Amino acid sequence: MYAQMVKAEGAKAREEMSEQERAFQDRIDRGEKIEPKDWMPEGYRKTLIRQIGQHAHSEIVGQLPEGNWITRAPTLERKAILLAKVQDEAGHGLYLYSAAETLGVSRDELLAALHGGRMKYSSIFNYPTLTWADIGMVGWLVDGAAIMNQVQLQKTSYGPYSRAMIRICKEESFHQRQGYDILMKMCLQGTPEQKAMAQDAMNRFWYPALMMFGPPDRDSVHSAQSMQWKIKINTNDELRQKFVDQTVPQAEYLGLTIPDPKLKWNDAKGGYDFSEPDWTEFFEVIAGNGPCNTERMEARITAWEDGAWFRKGLMAHARKRDARRAAARLAAE
Amino acid sequence: MSSEWPLWEVFIRGQHGLHHRHVGSLHAPDAEMAICNARDVYTRRNEGVSIWVVKSSDITASSPSEKGPLFEPSNAKVYRHPTFFEIPSEVGHM
Repeated sequence: MYAQMVKAEGAKAREEMSEQERAFQDRIDRGEKIEPKDWMPEGYRKTLIRQIGQHAHSEIVGQLPEGNWITRAPTLERKAILLAKVQDEAGHGLYLYSAAETLGVSRDELLAALHGGRMKYSSIFNYPTLTWADIGMVGWLVDGAAIMNQVQLQKTSYGPYSRAMIRICKEESFHQRQGYDILMKMCLQGTPEQKAMAQDAMNRFWYPALMMFGPPDRDSVHSAQSMQWKIKINTNDELRQKFVDQTVPQAEYLGLTIPDPKLKWNDAKGGYDFSEPDWTEFFEVIAGNGPCNTERMEARITAWEDGAWFRKGLMAHARKRDARRAAARLAAE
Repeated sequence: MSSEWPLWEVFIRGQHGLHHRHVGSLHAPDAEMAICNARDVYTRRNEGVSIWVVKSSDITASSPSEKGPLFEPSNAKVYRHPTFFEIPSEVGHM
């Protein structure tokens, strides 16, 4: 979901596997974690780099829509909380980049791929945050969907990825709660205008939040192999269903209406029936044509380029000082 | 010359009396900045009382293929565990 449509190589039947591949699959089936220096099929490595990389990019780009409101948060306390949350997202990005780097790709390569459009980030961050209620909605729905995905990923087969997920999950529930807290204030204690603002945010974010889990299982061509390798534990549709079931009562508590006339409890399946998002829109946003794709990438690239002199400067300083220290040591001997 | 900052491994002592434990890695131009970054990346919620950073390139690791020769010999030495020896109950706690 933070990693949507990650391309994976096709799943192999046991008979088609080499002896090494079979031994690898056995380790995964036994629930063993794969560690950086262990042998792994090239497809496993590549798929993981794509998935963890996309996940990391999503955390970093995800700072932008929220950063938009740091200077305009309604109180000093809300501002401090939002700052802490956005800082967490940076941290989550860093844990994930480190995990990806253990697979033999460099940080600079990952960033160059993002900036060059060769790697993606979650579609959700290409929607604008127009009002303060959007910040509540992002915390509640977007982070809620993220948690739904990340909880299962704690059990993923690649050790460094799993450990990053465990760390992230520990920190993430504060994010969702702070969003819900913003909305409780607006919906339960706010003016009719504030409540209308929250409903408007709900109307705009509901379907993009459902899209975060990726295309429906019937079209999800990469899932089989990823699930065989336990890179992915649940299917897109399973997670989406869980998310809807969890979210509906929370919306009811706020008195918000989910913008789906077909939403209805289904006793037989023990979950809600609901409308699918507009998949054409999803594919458009992924292809770069969402409302904020250009703006997000421009902000990223500008930040990266504007910081180049600083990164270089610190490196030059470190090298000079190392050389000076080495010379001093030599002189003392 | 590449201006990509080198990679550092971060170890944190969670509480007084415990070992430093590996928590992850990060990039920084030098050791001092690595400590600053480790503070921000790995201890935002009171996770530590002390930080070590080591350049990743300075770490020597055993390779997974050596697992057998390295660790199997100790499997045969069951007498290293106190449970190997049976002590009569009359002797009392030992």
